[in-house]
Amino acid sequence: MPILSFLALPQDGGMEQLCNDLSAMEYCEIIPAENQEVIVLVTDTPDVEAEKNLQKSLKNLPSLQSLSMTFGHNAEQ
Amino acid sequence: MKLNRRSFIKSAAVSSAVATAGSIFPGISFADWKRVKGAYGITWKKAPCRFCGTGCGVLVGVTNNRAVAVKGDPNCSVNKGLCCVKGYHSVQALYGRDRLKKAQIRKNGKMVEVPIAEALDVIAAKLKETVKKHGKDSVAMYGSGQWTIPDGYVASKLFKGCLGTNNVEANARLCMASAVTGFMTSFGIDEPMGCYEDIEHADVFITWGNNMAEMHPVLFSRMLASRKRKKDVTIIDLATRTTRTSQAADRSILFKPNTDLAVANAICYEIIRNGWMDKDFVKKHTTFHKGKTNIGYGTEDHFKFKDKPENMSFAEYKNFLEDYTPEKAERISGVSARDIKYMASLYGDPTKKVTSFWCMGMNQHVRGTWINNLVYNIHLLTGKISTPGNSPFSLTGQPSACGTVREVGTLTHKLPYGVVMKEKARKKAEKIWDLPAGSIDPKPTYHTVEMFRALDRGDIRFMWIQVTNPMITMPNLNRYRNGALKDDRFIVVSDVYPTPTTDVADVILPASMWIEQEGMYGNSERRTQHFDEIVPGPGDTMSDTWQIIEVARRLGFKKQFPWSQKNYIGKIWEEYRRFHDNPKHNMAPYEVLKARSGVQWPFVNGKETRWRFNSKYDPACKKGSDFDFYGKKDGKAWIWARPYEPAAESPDQEYNFWLNTGRVIEHWHSGSMTRRIPILHNAVPESYVELNPEDAANLGVVNGELVKIISRRGSITMKASINGRGVPPKGMVFVPFFDEDYKINEVTLDAFCPISKQPDYKKCAVRLEKA
Ligand code: SF4
Repeated sequence: MPILSFLALPQDGGMEQLCNDLSAMEYCEIIPAENQEVIVLVTDTPDVEAEKNLQKSLKNLPSLQSLSMTFGHNAEQ
Repeated sequence: MKLNRRSFIKSAAVSSAVATAGSIFPGISFADWKRVKGAYGITWKKAPCRFCGTGCGVLVGVTNNRAVAVKGDPNCSVNKGLCCVKGYHSVQALYGRDRLKKAQIRKNGKMVEVPIAEALDVIAAKLKETVKKHGKDSVAMYGSGQWTIPDGYVASKLFKGCLGTNNVEANARLCMASAVTGFMTSFGIDEPMGCYEDIEHADVFITWGNNMAEMHPVLFSRMLASRKRKKDVTIIDLATRTTRTSQAADRSILFKPNTDLAVANAICYEIIRNGWMDKDFVKKHTTFHKGKTNIGYGTEDHFKFKDKPENMSFAEYKNFLEDYTPEKAERISGVSARDIKYMASLYGDPTKKVTSFWCMGMNQHVRGTWINNLVYNIHLLTGKISTPGNSPFSLTGQPSACGTVREVGTLTHKLPYGVVMKEKARKKAEKIWDLPAGSIDPKPTYHTVEMFRALDRGDIRFMWIQVTNPMITMPNLNRYRNGALKDDRFIVVSDVYPTPTTDVADVILPASMWIEQEGMYGNSERRTQHFDEIVPGPGDTMSDTWQIIEVARRLGFKKQFPWSQKNYIGKIWEEYRRFHDNPKHNMAPYEVLKARSGVQWPFVNGKETRWRFNSKYDPACKKGSDFDFYGKKDGKAWIWARPYEPAAESPDQEYNFWLNTGRVIEHWHSGSMTRRIPILHNAVPESYVELNPEDAANLGVVNGELVKIISRRGSITMKASINGRGVPPKGMVFVPFFDEDYKINEVTLDAFCPISKQPDYKKCAVRLEKA
């Protein structure tokens, strides 16, 4: 199933919270920037259901201001 | 480091995100990150994204002749490596199970598969026969802002040049025509003066009826990134309903449908009253004008309108604005005088650079040309135009609405250079197309709505439809579908999947899709983007360009269509380029396009022009001038007095709700491609009707319950969405149009802007019933 990468921007002052929230989520890996409030998020889900649920949880994350996709690969294609 | 395939791909995903972050946030660093080199069996090739007029550059990953991955192209200045959910999943649209791979012909009422050559023979024979029997204006081509530039070019050459009929239209009439007439009437020349770099320069953004968060998500991300980086950036969402854009904006301001005209005039009133007008700029670079008023709505067949511009003085213009004090405009629009004054103060502040963005909200508007004029007025009065960050910016919806429809001129009155009414333009086209003088008819025929009315009436008997799905997208759809189904109409449809439009076809041609062919698109910021054939198409699929060439040759126009299938795109491009051989519109040579991730025109002396009409950036400006609006003879832009007039149909006692229609981020237009992409389809599997929570409570419906929407033209029953991604104000409902199972255009009204002839999909009256 898809491997996607995103740039995640936190709500103002919410960098730490967003890092915590994202790292706690299944199928998510993050690389926070050292000098800016920006996080690289990589998601790697095993199936359609997991992907759907993950996208839903990401959409509802209060600490997240915006998520912009940068890469996608679908292993099942 | 030893990597398996999956961890390699993950590493490539990180790499892409880090590169993108680097271009959007200069100096950003990620300590916990190591670059991994290598290709792991994937080859990456550049293309513009298939979906939307933003024109993001993507890199398509290919293994074994199959597109398997997409990443944002960091070398493309449009998106700097970003990509949205539609862009990433775009390659999956190539591989839907029911892809059209064979030509089909209707025989005894049934569609049967035939070799494509046979289908092309039938099309040519039917075209010839129809012209002979009913005259040249009984045949028509209806194309698209998703046509590649060569597709539109050969269509225009065949129909306007060789067949001598101006029956060529494209679906961009439904999305961009008001933007074109806005530019033409204010500046005398089409397309935005600025570029996307304005986003990084601007301090204030005002989105006019434009849900950028869903419709232009990558540009919206750039806006949010700029706000994050610079801190003092303000985003105002001025709209008729609350959307994801409103949620991310610093201020959301709602106006009543069609009253943006009053709001814009009130902003101008305030700018002048407070002395924020740039007097020097206005004196040197603008003139004042008024046109006809009470101009109608075009709901009747054969509707005709011609504006009559008259000069006016600044004093007269000021007097006209007296009807739009913030207080008076508040009574019309529902926007508080305070908010109007606030917006005026942002536009008027000489220390702030302001960019206005708009798209369908202002264009699909019965006074679309007027509202485009009025937003230009604001920027002209304050001199905030044609400089980095100061930009009135009309965005496009489709990937090549600009490139193919506006630049190639695939509208009834247009040619690749100029309009059919002008002898000079006709002569130029006849010369380049190697046609006898007088081949091109000087009279425009039908704009899109009237073209489908002509099909219904029987004035048009043959129509070839490519890359678009009018049996979903035409307003007042029942009439036009019934017209297309009449016995003696002959419809050819070229497409990639079965749709409600192929359902009415007599011949279906299987088309190559996107990167299965070579081509070019032109995006919202005057950028032409070339792509190679990256993967092979299935079955008998053929590019739309080549389909037209095949038919043209069967009709005897070999001399005009001499190219070989090996290199026809390059040859067509170089021929087309001759139309724009001047510093105001020069296009880049083929080899330059092939090498780069898009090139902006005017391309002069090897350089792209970022900001037009400003002599610092634009070599076409008169020597010694600072600004030169060279589309107008005297180099001056026009400020227009355009009043507020109401919509064609407003809620009344019987039909007491506004119906507004539009899109969602996951789906492209009528959904024929994106609904075949599992992740996008699952995200929004069907259309719905958004209701205001209070209206829903009054009607007694909760989320997911069925609501019947009834207009004077038709009705539809669908699930309610309450407090979803969009929330309309009380008295309005909103329906996305992507779902062929819920054809909302059976309910909408075919009223249009009398100047642009673009229909208004945002306003008609309906009533609701709990189903
Ligand atoms: S914003 Fe538009 S062009 Fe860019 S990736 Fe998304 S759909 Fe494609």
